[in-house]
Amino acid sequence: MNPLLRSILLGWVLALCSVTAQAIIEAYEFDDPATEERFQRLTEELRCPKCQNNNIADSNSPIASDLRREVYRLLNQGADDEEVIDFMVTRYGEFVLYRPRVNEMTWILWYGPFVLLGIGLVAVLLISRRRRRTAVGETRPELDADERARLNQLLEQDKKR
Amino acid sequence: MRRFLLFVPLLIFIGLGYFLWRGLSIDPTELPSARLNQPFPAFQLASLTEPERMLTEADLKGRPALVNVWATWCPTCKEEHAFLNGLAQQGVTIYGINYKDEPLKAREWLKRYRDPYAEVVLDQEGALGIDLGVYGAPETYIIDARGVIRYRHVGAVDDRVWTDLKRIMDQLAAEDAS
Repeated sequence: MNPLLRSILLGWVLALCSVTAQAIIEAYEFDDPATEERFQRLTEELRCPKCQNNNIADSNSPIASDLRREVYRLLNQGADDEEVIDFMVTRYGEFVLYRPRVNEMTWILWYGPFVLLGIGLVAVLLISRRRRRTAVGETRPELDADERARLNQLLEQDKKR
Repeated sequence: MRRFLLFVPLLIFIGLGYFLWRGLSIDPTELPSARLNQPFPAFQLASLTEPERMLTEADLKGRPALVNVWATWCPTCKEEHAFLNGLAQQGVTIYGINYKDEPLKAREWLKRYRDPYAEVVLDQEGALGIDLGVYGAPETYIIDARGVIRYRHVGAVDDRVWTDLKRIMDQLAAEDAS
C-alpha cells in the first residue's frame, strides 16, 4: 500500500473513532452546576440493568442512555436524589443501586465487615493476653548454689569440646 | 472447648464452599421483576396496527394473558415469533409491546411473519418499557385478569420456558374460576 493511501485511510479510521466516541454519551445542558454535579453522581451510582458491570454514566447501551434521559428529566422537574433513586428502584429493583440502601436486607453488607473486624480484634486480644500470662507463669525458679555450680561445670565442658 | 475450636476452620470452609458452589448456578442476568404482584403500569399509547386508536392498561384486563415485549431490531424476537404464533393458535391471549421500534418496519414484520397479538401497543419512546423495568427484548410477562403482573421471563419463549409459563397461566385460570 502506498504511504499516501495509508495515511488517508488511517485518518479516516481515526475520524470515525472520534465520531463514535462522541456519540456514546449525549450532552445534557444544566441550568446550574449543582444539578449537573448531582446528575453525574446519580448516574455513576446507578447500575445499568443490561450491562451489569457498568453504571449508567459509562455504559453506551440504549437502555443506559434512556435511563440517563430519565434522570435528566426528573432532575429538571425538581426531583431530589431520593426521588430519582426511588424511581429506578420501583422499576428495576434494589439491584440497580451501586450504593445499596441501609435496611434489614443489607445490614450484613454494611455492618458485616465491622463485626468481622471486631471478632478479629477480640481474638488477637485473647491470644496475646494468654501468651503474656504463660510467659509470666514460666519464670524460672531460682537455682541454689549446688545447681549453679553444676550448671557452670556443664557450660565449661561444652566450651572445651 | 479446645477440641471444638479446631473444627472452626473446617466449618468456615464448608460454609464458604456452599455459597461459592451455589454462586456457580445463579444467573446474574436473570433479575426478578421489581413490578411483580403490582398492577400493570398505566399508559396511554397508540395501537401499532391502528395508530389512530389509543390503548391503555385497561385494554389488557379481562383474562390471564401474556405480554410480550418485542422489536424488529431484536434477533431473539424473530426466533421466538413462530412459537408465539403457535401459542396464539392454541388460544393463548398475547398482547404485544412494540418496544423502541420503527412502526413501519414493525407492521411489515407482522404481515410477513403473522400476527399472534390480540393488541400491539406502540411504545416508540420506550417510556412504557422503562415503567415496566424492561432492560432488553424480548421479555414476556404474565398478567392476571385484573391486570396484575404475576411473572416475568427475560429472553425467548420456547417449549421449555412455556411449560413454566403454562403452569402459572393454568393456576391463574383456576383462580378466576373459583
